Amino acid sequence: MNNSAMHRAYTLCAVVLLFAILFYAENNLDTYSIQILNLVAINAILAVSLNLIYGFTGMFSLGHAGFMAIGAYVCTVLILTPEQKESMWILEAIHPWLANLSLPFLLAVVVGGIAASLVGLIIAIPVLRLGGDYLGIATLGFAEIIRVVITNAAPFTNGSLGIKGIPQYANLWCNYGWLVVTVYVIVRLLRSNVGNVFKAIRDDEIAARTMGVNTFYYRVLSFCVGAFFAGVGGALTAALISTIDPKMFTFMLTFNILMIVVAGGLGSITGSIVGSIIITFMLEWLRIVENPISLGDFEIPGIPGMRMVIFSVMLMCIILFRREGLLGMREFSWDALARFVKNPVRFFSRASRSTSGASGK
Amino acid sequence: MLSIADLHVYYGGIHAVKGISLDIAKGQIVTLVGANGAGKSSTVRAVSGLVKSCTGSITYEGHGNILGKAPEEIVRTGIALSPEGRRILPHLTVEENLQLGAYIRNDTQGIAKDKEWVYSLFPRLKERAWQAGGTLSGGEQQMLAVGRALMSNPDIVMLDEPSLGLAPKLVNEIFAIIKHINSLGKTILLIEQNAFAALSIAHKAYILETGTVVLEGTGQELLHNPEVKKAYLGG
Repeated sequence: MNNSAMHRAYTLCAVVLLFAILFYAENNLDTYSIQILNLVAINAILAVSLNLIYGFTGMFSLGHAGFMAIGAYVCTVLILTPEQKESMWILEAIHPWLANLSLPFLLAVVVGGIAASLVGLIIAIPVLRLGGDYLGIATLGFAEIIRVVITNAAPFTNGSLGIKGIPQYANLWCNYGWLVVTVYVIVRLLRSNVGNVFKAIRDDEIAARTMGVNTFYYRVLSFCVGAFFAGVGGALTAALISTIDPKMFTFMLTFNILMIVVAGGLGSITGSIVGSIIITFMLEWLRIVENPISLGDFEIPGIPGMRMVIFSVMLMCIILFRREGLLGMREFSWDALARFVKNPVRFFSRASRSTSGASGK
Repeated sequence: MLSIADLHVYYGGIHAVKGISLDIAKGQIVTLVGANGAGKSSTVRAVSGLVKSCTGSITYEGHGNILGKAPEEIVRTGIALSPEGRRILPHLTVEENLQLGAYIRNDTQGIAKDKEWVYSLFPRLKERAWQAGGTLSGGEQQMLAVGRALMSNPDIVMLDEPSLGLAPKLVNEIFAIIKHINSLGKTILLIEQNAFAALSIAHKAYILETGTVVLEGTGQELLHNPEVKKAYLGG
């Protein structure tokens, strides 16, 4: 068996191991812990898709919440039963097209992703001619437009009342299954020639064009693939927490994902996954600082919002001391793991050297 | 093969190229020599389609007027550019940089053959094939930039300052390679500040000053021209 076949076998084993852990978790953990595990998977899907757009293709996009909203609403409308729809749309009756439309969950998630991707395409054509910060502002604006449209398209979305009682189909298996699919598709894409073209556009668009790359086409491609998985992530979120309303999909949501991507490392899929594990867990664990704490005679009252303060401080530390994020542009590989197991000390000294080499162009 | 007529290039309010006309015959090395700001790079950038505001005409045999086409279309007509400042992709390996150079081609075998050819021209690149482009030295990056331009299998190769920032020994090496590439039938448009080296290998040369052609002739003629000697060759 050659090296790459062996690595593929290892990866398959790792996926099996992941699902074995999930099986254990499902049977032994309380619902709160399982909920956190679910959020880890969804955040990882969102982070990986944003990393494709921002970290690998270099397009500073702040539109992720908008794509999630589309995925969430499309999927939700497709999986609710006709009775639910009739009872929930109270201000304005549901549009007759949708009243009796119903799809299986998996298909609804895919349709949600496709819808997000199509909207991404419509946005991409005018907006991707911009670069840098301008692109960030334009996509942010589009995300807000999507939110406002959803608020006002009551016959389709039930407006600002939101939708409740969404069947909770997004269990551990479904979320992690989608995570595996997302990572597989995006890693395959990045390892192909298309991935190199994305990186070329990120590093030097003029160089890419002089080599004959139609950079606009590839930027749109990356944007739409990213939007698809953002839509999937949104659909899974809806089916996990069982209620959605337009206020959920504000800039804060995009910011959380951006934080994961930047903290994990722009241009590292591994970083995005590690980042979503750490940040999702921290967001929950740090709730203790918002509760009253007693230190001996001292009684510290709980301060709501304190964990976000701590989070900001942590982010600033990352920006100050490790600007490239936890993993920089490095990726997990079986070779690297083998080197680590053989000689951890040498592994880290080599790793630090390779970063200093890559930063000095 | 390629003829530029009355080319003007503007950057905002700056009129960088003021009516340049040149002719590049098939199989020749043509060089543009001049100081900073003479309009050399602007001229090749206009040919590659990288500058938008230009007037005049660039007629390329078999393709008509190519002025105003996008860079990605120009490469497909068979004109490759090794741009100023190398523009190596720092996070891709040498191998991947070369592979992307052949982006417009589909003949896997031809690409593999040309890659071997580039490696034989620049053995140093072969040693560093799996290293990230950003970790190469300046000279190696320049070799990679030239090699990458060759990977599109062009008829005309435009080299913008290939000797910039290189050690004198490497400069000679690069010029020997340019001559060699030309002997294989590729037409070369060479931009240089190193007037002596460029004129020595050029069949035809143009001296540019502040956006206009002030002198033209064969490389040897200009090499012995007293004005050129005084201005560019140090007396």
